[in-house]
Amino acid sequence: MLRIHNLHAEIEGKKILKGINLEIKPGEVHAIMGPNGSGKSTLASVLAGRKEYEVTEGTVEFMGKDLLEFSPEARAGEGLFLAFQYPIEIPGLSTINFIKTAVNEVRKYRGEGPLDAVRFLQMMKEKMALTEIDKALLSRSLNEGFSGGEKKRNEIFQMAMLQPKLAILDETDSGLDIDAIRIVANGVNKLRTKDNAVLAVTHYQRLLDYIIPDFVHVLYNGRIVKSGPKELALELEERGYDFIKNEISEAAEA
Amino acid sequence: MSTIENIKERFADLQKTREDAALAMVRNKAIVAFNQWGIPTVKHEEWKYTRISAIFNTDFDFPLSHTNTFFNAADLDSVRLPGYKDANELVFIDGIFSSRFSVIRSGELVVLSLAAAAEGEFAGIVAKYFGDSANYLKDGINALNTALEAGGIFVHVKNGQVTEHPVYIYNVTDARSGNVLSQPRSLFHVGENAQIKIAETYVTLGTGESLSNQVMEIIVEKDAYLEHYKIQNDASHTNQVSTTHIRQVGKSLIHNVVITLNGNIVRNNINVIMDAERCEAHLYGLYLQKGKSHVDNHTIVDNVKPNCYSNELYKGILDDEASGVFNGKIFVRPQAQKTNAYQSNKNILLSANASVNTKPQLEILADDVKCSHGCTVGRLNEEGLFYLQSRGIREETARALLLNAYAIDILEHIKLEPIHAFVDRLISERLELA
Repeated sequence: MLRIHNLHAEIEGKKILKGINLEIKPGEVHAIMGPNGSGKSTLASVLAGRKEYEVTEGTVEFMGKDLLEFSPEARAGEGLFLAFQYPIEIPGLSTINFIKTAVNEVRKYRGEGPLDAVRFLQMMKEKMALTEIDKALLSRSLNEGFSGGEKKRNEIFQMAMLQPKLAILDETDSGLDIDAIRIVANGVNKLRTKDNAVLAVTHYQRLLDYIIPDFVHVLYNGRIVKSGPKELALELEERGYDFIKNEISEAAEA
Repeated sequence: MSTIENIKERFADLQKTREDAALAMVRNKAIVAFNQWGIPTVKHEEWKYTRISAIFNTDFDFPLSHTNTFFNAADLDSVRLPGYKDANELVFIDGIFSSRFSVIRSGELVVLSLAAAAEGEFAGIVAKYFGDSANYLKDGINALNTALEAGGIFVHVKNGQVTEHPVYIYNVTDARSGNVLSQPRSLFHVGENAQIKIAETYVTLGTGESLSNQVMEIIVEKDAYLEHYKIQNDASHTNQVSTTHIRQVGKSLIHNVVITLNGNIVRNNINVIMDAERCEAHLYGLYLQKGKSHVDNHTIVDNVKPNCYSNELYKGILDDEASGVFNGKIFVRPQAQKTNAYQSNKNILLSANASVNTKPQLEILADDVKCSHGCTVGRLNEEGLFYLQSRGIREETARALLLNAYAIDILEHIKLEPIHAFVDRLISERLELA
């Protein structure tokens, strides 16, 4: 589904990603962990097409196509979804109007006709229940005055509505209490099928108690320095990121 | 003969033919002011960024009586605002009030020519307030309208009456057969405990050069309520100076929204004189500009008496080579303690060639007041744009949604439903939102 090969990216001349290799297959859950500044959010941003980042080397193939050629909106149409670490507040834009526009634009991209009002409402109702989001929130301006938990729930609700093939969760657990994490993780889990995949970017292991990864990758200084099964996350939690740093410096000295 | 020379000659004729001594005096004072000040150039502090004087190089017709025989019912239909079947309609053609095309539905309204009003029951009000705007607008443009007052009207809303039908005012300039300077003039008197909603629009017919130089003065009595909307969406070659001068002479509430969507040069003067304790005023403005349009909003809130509240929010979106001006004056007189006055002006520039000059101007002479002002000039929120795009929304649509969202906190203050829907539609069309 997603094949990242030797990806290098920089922002304002500063090199952040220095050769990422990663492959994700349908049905899999991958976690990317790493200390602050290791490039986790940059990787998520580059995949979603944020234009401040410049890809200087490497390739990203998504569903057999060159992802880097696509605009951000086309990536969404192709089935990529980024749940933002800090969802943007847009006063004056109603959440429902926004979702409706997004759903129909994505449908149009995929060669499907727009949903009529009845079918749209049906779908909304179903996904609202699935992601445990309150209807009152959706009638308000997009994310305006939402609590941290409400914003993240809204991200998962949008994901449910857009039905992506690959969902990238960028620090979705940051700033959330344990109940909010559980609700958000439940939403993600309910949306999982054998055909879609999740890439969870996180600093802490906590989220991975609820979204169980098949693979854990450690990102450090712009590269994936270690990959392993879900137990690797626990080890990182226990021993901290320093042990990875030490391993790397030892390897460099040897 | 140049327009300026012509003005002086026509003024002399006007004074000879009209027998309205009370108005003649005010007109006379105005022509003296006009001769002294002339048409403002960019050297005039209040006209620094708005080049109105070059417009007067054009030879304009400026009718001082009903001479337009072309304007017909179909023309009226083409300028009508939605909901007109439920509205009082006041029609000015080339600045001259047309009783033939106007429709008065509400018994609560008294509509007279200014000349007639100056003679009868309302003589005192006319004598006191006709020309009041000249106390604040010291330039030849304002003086010109007063000096040549010919087809103006006086509107009285009876005490204690609520006009259920809004008042629509069509300021039509008919430039199909020449270049026209039209100067609509009105004096509204909103009686004690009366209520009125007014929506105005400005339309130029034809392709001749045009300048609409309008002055509307409104006196608001105790416990009265005034809602006033100005919708400006005239053609790109048309020019307009539009003054709304409101004096609150008793504790009252006013609500004013100015929407400017098109025009070559548009200058608005919005004055609110809070001349009684516990007056309240809400002023909103939205200017959505493209091409080379120049829109200048000058506002004055004068706190003459204590305990008044005013809130002002003007927002602009400027594209292409458009230029904007916002100048917001707040005066707090020495005796106007406990004044609450807030002002904010926000702008988005969509093009590197668009510009805006924004200037808050507060003169506070009392010491126990709350006043604030702020202005911003920025670009479209790039983070918001990426967020919408990342959800599959095409860039152009995402931009339009963001701009529409930006405009909404002005649009939501249009409380007159047909006008709200109309403006919403104009803005959606402009932003190419389906």
